[in-house]
Amino acid sequence: MDNIWDGIKAAVYLLVTFDRDLMEITLRSLQVTLSAVAISSFVALPFGAWLAIRRFRLRRAAIAVLNALMGLPPVVVGLVVYLLLSRSGPFGVLDLLFTPAAMIIAQVIIITPLIASIAHQAIRELWAEYHDLLISMNTTSGQRIRTLIWDGRRALITAALAGFGRAIGEVGAIMIVGGNIDHATRVLTTAIALETGKGDFALALGLGFVLIFLSLLVNFATHALGRTERGKFW
Amino acid sequence: MSSILPLTLSNAYVKRRGKTLIGPIDLSIEAAELTIIIGPNGAGKTTLMRAMHGLQRLTSGVLEFACSIDDARQAQAFVPQNPIMMRRSLRNNLIYPLQLRGVSKSAANAQADDWAQRINLRHALDQSAPNLSGGEKQKVAVARALIREPELVFLDEPCANLDGHATRDIETMLLAERAARRTIVMSTHNLGQARRLATRVIFMLGGCVHETGRADAFFDAPQTPEAAAFLTGDIV
Ligand SMILES: Nc1ncnc2c1ncn2[C@@H]1O[C@H](COP(=O)(O)OP(=O)(O)OP(=O)(O)O)[C@@H](O)[C@H]1O
Ligand SMILES: [Mg+2]
Repeated sequence: MDNIWDGIKAAVYLLVTFDRDLMEITLRSLQVTLSAVAISSFVALPFGAWLAIRRFRLRRAAIAVLNALMGLPPVVVGLVVYLLLSRSGPFGVLDLLFTPAAMIIAQVIIITPLIASIAHQAIRELWAEYHDLLISMNTTSGQRIRTLIWDGRRALITAALAGFGRAIGEVGAIMIVGGNIDHATRVLTTAIALETGKGDFALALGLGFVLIFLSLLVNFATHALGRTERGKFW
Repeated sequence: MSSILPLTLSNAYVKRRGKTLIGPIDLSIEAAELTIIIGPNGAGKTTLMRAMHGLQRLTSGVLEFACSIDDARQAQAFVPQNPIMMRRSLRNNLIYPLQLRGVSKSAANAQADDWAQRINLRHALDQSAPNLSGGEKQKVAVARALIREPELVFLDEPCANLDGHATRDIETMLLAERAARRTIVMSTHNLGQARRLATRVIFMLGGCVHETGRADAFFDAPQTPEAAAFLTGDIV
């Protein structure tokens, strides 16, 4: 019990003094995850929209595959990315293993299906609403996708936030491909795992608080977006 | 204006799951006419207009314009029975069709101001369109259809939810468009409005064109007993 209490006190001290290690790890976490969310959104949002407006023979199958990919165990994703990037793997020459880039790749693979799936759902509803209007105005596919993404932006930001929430808390895959190297690939989750193992609860708890804070922030943002959605604010 | 008209339908049918919604239909829409489609609920007015506009594929028969279908699609607009408001401000709803054509922002905004004035909604330009009242939405839908100056406009009961003032706003706009020789096809259940606006009338019954002709002749002396009964307010 004392152990925990001391840990919390030390953690708060680290937080209020903007401890160097803690800041560095937090910033790296944000850098990796925000990059992954940006790349994933860039791919997944148009793809989700395209899937919603396009009628093709394998559409149902494509949606089923997307939903299945959403359930991929992150650890297995980590393993596969490791094999691909390792020296003897097909992308070994790129020398990316144990770098932030490798972690970004793993996170992109984990969250792209999630973001695409949520985006597809939202865009499909909007498309049902706009269908006759956009057909009647003789729009091109590109114009339709751009219009739906813009007018559905609140739901799509929510999709991106869901991706962020999943990525920032992920530990298995980035541990494998990043290696949790100090001052290089150590992020919030892997550091917490390590420090807890070492018994250094102060840093582990401090990092834990930061992680909880970020998750809450994402939840609040999602909630606030949902409210403006209902109130049709913008 | 390179004309896309006349539009002709020959032996056209629209069927759904074996049920004939409209057909057989043979008719033509001439340039610069304001054609009013009347008929009881379920007669097929909406289906006919959607088919002519291309929102509803013909099951059989032919739809032809004086130009290619692609050019014709570019030059027409459609206002549905239930207006669709984009999740944007009123202004951005009005300028959307102009943006699709690459009209500059300032020119588009000037036009939006002008059209908002005509539908008496200038004060609401920055309001979110989905929050407008039903009648206001209908006026916006009409303005948004006319703003890109299509050669041919379809309006499906554009005044269905409107009060007297708003109906007059729309009729004034439509009369101005008629005077400018724009081709309009419109359905309505308001016979007074049909008399005020129409140059031609199509009377639909049971999915077919039951009677058609010049508006003055039709209203003075309908040729079929069903049309005569419909005009006197009997149920047909
Ligand atoms: N998608 C559809 N599937 C099956 N039946 C349909 C469909 N659309 C329309 N119908 C039927 O076709 C008939 C004609 O409908 P339509 O909407 O064209 O009538 P309308 O003349 O516009 O009626 P109203 O005056 O009530 O607007 C109706 O009996 C309707 O039930
Ligand atoms: Mg109708």
